Amino acid sequence: MKNEQAKKYGMVIDLDKCTGCGACMVACMAENNVPFKKDETNKLDSITWMRVFQLTNGKSFPETDICYIPRPCMHCEGEHGHSPCVSVCPATATDYSQQTGIVSQIYTRCFGCRYCMAACPYHARYFNWWDPVWPNGMEKYLNPNVSPRMRGVVEKCSFCFHRYQRAMEKAFLEGRRELEEEEYQTACTQACPAGAIVFGDLNNEKHKIHQIVNPDPAHRGRPKNPKAFRLLERLGTNPKVYYLSSREWVRRAGDNYLPHEGSGKGH
Amino acid sequence: MSTNDDKAKEKAVAETENHPGHSEDKKGKGSGGSILLFFLVGIIASLLVGWVVFPKLLYSQKKQPINFNHAFHVETVDEGCASCHFFREDGSFSGVPKLAQCTGCHEEAQGEDPEEIKFVTQYVEKGREVPWLVCSRQPNCVFFSHAAHVELAKMECVTCHGPIGESTHSKIYEENRITGVSRDIWGRNIAGIKRNSWDRMKMEDCAECHAEAAAKEVSELEGPMEGFFNNAVKIAFPKSLSGRKTSVQTQNEACFVCHK
Repeated sequence: MKNEQAKKYGMVIDLDKCTGCGACMVACMAENNVPFKKDETNKLDSITWMRVFQLTNGKSFPETDICYIPRPCMHCEGEHGHSPCVSVCPATATDYSQQTGIVSQIYTRCFGCRYCMAACPYHARYFNWWDPVWPNGMEKYLNPNVSPRMRGVVEKCSFCFHRYQRAMEKAFLEGRRELEEEEYQTACTQACPAGAIVFGDLNNEKHKIHQIVNPDPAHRGRPKNPKAFRLLERLGTNPKVYYLSSREWVRRAGDNYLPHEGSGKGH
Repeated sequence: MSTNDDKAKEKAVAETENHPGHSEDKKGKGSGGSILLFFLVGIIASLLVGWVVFPKLLYSQKKQPINFNHAFHVETVDEGCASCHFFREDGSFSGVPKLAQCTGCHEEAQGEDPEEIKFVTQYVEKGREVPWLVCSRQPNCVFFSHAAHVELAKMECVTCHGPIGESTHSKIYEENRITGVSRDIWGRNIAGIKRNSWDRMKMEDCAECHAEAAAKEVSELEGPMEGFFNNAVKIAFPKSLSGRKTSVQTQNEACFVCHK
């Protein structure tokens, strides 16, 4: 669309605030019609668009420390303007939007080769090994704005793109073409009781996320905030999900560093 | 097919029996004719199966619960289609009206029409929603924004929905037995030929109109020289800003604009 600045939606998660309660995971599953099974113990075949992992510093009692780290899709921009999954998809089922910076996944287009799952360094993509089976009556509670997936396709976090679509509809009706920050927020952001997740447009200086992260356009969006880091920064995937932590060991855990290497910020 | 083949053979046999002497004289020519006949019958039979029998098998036919007279209602209301099919405050489109909209006028039967009496006694009095069958309902994976098309692009309802406002009877709802999608999406013509913009509602039909609109926009904005230059830039440097690229693979906002 003309006369509009391209958006770059991103997320910053404050790990000092995250208590690991898992509300974001639950909100995500309910919002996005994510299928589940009676027995979800096998994490190789269960689907969680938003997943909270636990990190430990590996030290014994007095110094021991843990940290919870929620992991949605990173919506990588990469070096060439798109994510690793986009370049490997042979079906054009996944694509990188330059309007919003969101990596899309079109389920009806996907034929389940799972190249994207192999390409994703964050394991953010999941395969549907079965058709979804909802408990009796639950299909009436599914979100009508998100299409349920079928067996044999890959799915992942979409930054609740349907909420963007709905917000744009409202804007159109009111004769606007731009959204306010609070009009488009993801389900996990709103569900987080600790307020650890902030979502917004990284290109928009008025948005909270821009102010917190302060991305450096000269270094592919690397955060200028010394507390902020991204997962596997040195892979060059240029993710749009940032993390905040005041703890050095947590920031180091975001990438694979050799013992003698420095802080890992790489500034 | 096999029965038709048999018929063709029988016909050929019958011909040879009727003119035994004749066929012996022109043996080569007679067999050539029967082969031709064999193919003709085969083609006609295949076309009949494909165009007549197959659609009958593929689509189930259902009647609407109430035979609705659009033409009569459009005459009565003030704001045309939007009187009943309106936008909600949150930008979503209401689509088929709920019972609450109908009861505004139809608390009691207003005339002698048996369809209206049926509507009032079976639905209004019992407070049941009418299980309308929606001919234009897209499959699950489609996100269609009425606001973007009607409010922003100022399109007419007729462009996609056709002159449904002029109809006096509800048409038969035909449902694809395999996909569960209404026949109006594929179109009445099984071969996929369309004459009007509202004949089909497939992805190609959306794309066709959007491609036309994009071409028009470019030609309106740019003079011939400027347009030529920009086109050259687009071809030479597809990643440049003037290339109007909106996504990496499809250049169409990553398909998420119409899919959900």
